[in-house]
Amino acid sequence: MRAAAPLAVAVGLFGVPYGVLARDELGIVPALVFSATTFAGSAQMAVVSLLGSGGVTAAIVAGLLLNARYLPIGISVAPSLPRPLWRRVLTAQLVVDESWAIANRGGGRFDGRMLLGAGLVLYAAWMLGSAAGLVGGSLLGDPKRLGLDAAFPALFLALLAGQIRDRLSLVAALLGGAIALALVPFVPAGVPIIAASVVCLLGLRPVSRA
Amino acid sequence: MSHDAWLVVAICGIGTVALKTTGPLLLGGRDLPGWVGGVLALLAPTLLAALIVTQAFAGDRVLVLDARAAGLAAAAIALALRAPLLVVLVLAAAVAAGARALGWLA
Repeated sequence: MRAAAPLAVAVGLFGVPYGVLARDELGIVPALVFSATTFAGSAQMAVVSLLGSGGVTAAIVAGLLLNARYLPIGISVAPSLPRPLWRRVLTAQLVVDESWAIANRGGGRFDGRMLLGAGLVLYAAWMLGSAAGLVGGSLLGDPKRLGLDAAFPALFLALLAGQIRDRLSLVAALLGGAIALALVPFVPAGVPIIAASVVCLLGLRPVSRA
Repeated sequence: MSHDAWLVVAICGIGTVALKTTGPLLLGGRDLPGWVGGVLALLAPTLLAALIVTQAFAGDRVLVLDARAAGLAAAAIALALRAPLLVVLVLAAAVAAGARALGWLA
């Protein structure tokens, strides 16, 4: 849980500019419902900025593409989620990049309690941040000025470092990063991450030869 | 506008819940065949690497080198020196903020 605290601060602070932008583009109530149901900063930010430039369809497509990574992410946590079914489905809604990453125990296993605990903390932070932005407006200013946008890739790098256990996982990480990087200029945001996930099929290699 | 707002919120909200629910609904609580384990074990490093590069180097359909890269580099050095996670995160943010404040990087 201590690991989730700095993330919660960063996630909450990123909720503020979302709230500021969403107040004009969506209105206060839809903007809060959006945070409560979609709970994904990058997708929500993309949606409100695309609504600003006029395209409802473009906004919806971008939001769904950016969240499409939750299909493979959901598959990866599935064996680690609690029973019964209703708890599994509810816990799955709390999975976001950050809680998924810090609950990762390597080798395809996840800490189910960490997924739930960190997910709840981050959910509360995201709702509070969104609400603060909707109500308080632009007092905070741009979180980029605080360098907060650099904290997220740094977090994922720290977590990746713990994931590299053998040559195969190193190769998968390098290939996944290379594919995502190569696709960024050619496809909409979100697609590079999905495309990179095909690399995990390397895991089909027989273990004895790996 | 408010009509559109609810439409967007509803479709994205339902879509996201469906995406998050599919895996746990179909796969959870069941013993998976062995080959699935090998694939799932690689899903995390693959997706983490993809998240790192897109969050550090992606602009709007363009690759950019800005203050996030400086923050990431600082984080990599801190990690190599076995710094605690909180130090790594604060350092990354501080370096990116500093590079922007000094006008070195966007």
